[in-house]
Amino acid sequence: MLLSNLEVLPEQTIVRHLGLVQGSSVRSKHVGRDLGAMFKNLVGGELKGYTELLQDSREEATERLIAQASSLGADAVLNVRYSTSSIASGAAEIFVYGTAVTLAPR
Amino acid sequence: MYQIYLFVALLVVGYGFGQLAERRHLKSLIEREKVANALPAIASRFPATDRAYDQQLVSGSVVIASDYFKTFVSGLINLFGGRVTPFESLIDRARREALLRMKADAQRRGAGYVFNVKYETSRIGAGRVPAMEVLAYGTALVPGTAGRDLPGEAVHASADADAAVPVSG
Repeated sequence: MLLSNLEVLPEQTIVRHLGLVQGSSVRSKHVGRDLGAMFKNLVGGELKGYTELLQDSREEATERLIAQASSLGADAVLNVRYSTSSIASGAAEIFVYGTAVTLAPR
Repeated sequence: MYQIYLFVALLVVGYGFGQLAERRHLKSLIEREKVANALPAIASRFPATDRAYDQQLVSGSVVIASDYFKTFVSGLINLFGGRVTPFESLIDRARREALLRMKADAQRRGAGYVFNVKYETSRIGAGRVPAMEVLAYGTALVPGTAGRDLPGEAVHASADADAAVPVSG
């Protein structure tokens, strides 16, 4: 599955638009990480635990996007966008969406 | 009285470690950006399509926390309004870091360019704890078939000076 946030492809044309596909994932971190983050908030700097958490979450959301796209029989998902929102204290939602298309060589 | 001591101690610790971390981070950012400039990241949505290359989504992200001193000073600035400089530098560092990580991801895949770069900033973290996540993502153009070129000239003509650096690898 080709994922891209462009709208054009080299040497290929879009045959059919299959509509919007999406994937999302809501995650929160465990208490230990939260405590570590509270300490980090004193001295500043990167919260590595959170970076990894969101990265994992994003990968999972992307996998769901790919699953949905392949169930539609898509070759690629174009114009992919990410969006993050903090829906409750300590939990973040990662949302990925894009347009599923089928391709043919030009 | 005890509370005041604690508050001052936290401020001093926050200022000391925060400034140290900021200075170190800026230094490392400048060093790594010099290297990463060889791989142009471009905001354009339309690369030339007359040559063969693979497209791959690449991303880099960072979650960065404010220190106690910055949080306190920004609270003060909030009373009077105006530029919240402590957070400006914080978010600037986070963006640059995220972009560098995205470029590192692209480099691992052997990309020559990253097109349609987008930033996303979101506030995460519980309650009064200010932490921001910055995500940078874009489409890496990886030379496909051997002997074919990337959309080089087309890019150089339209992109700014940053992209005019010759591409290595």
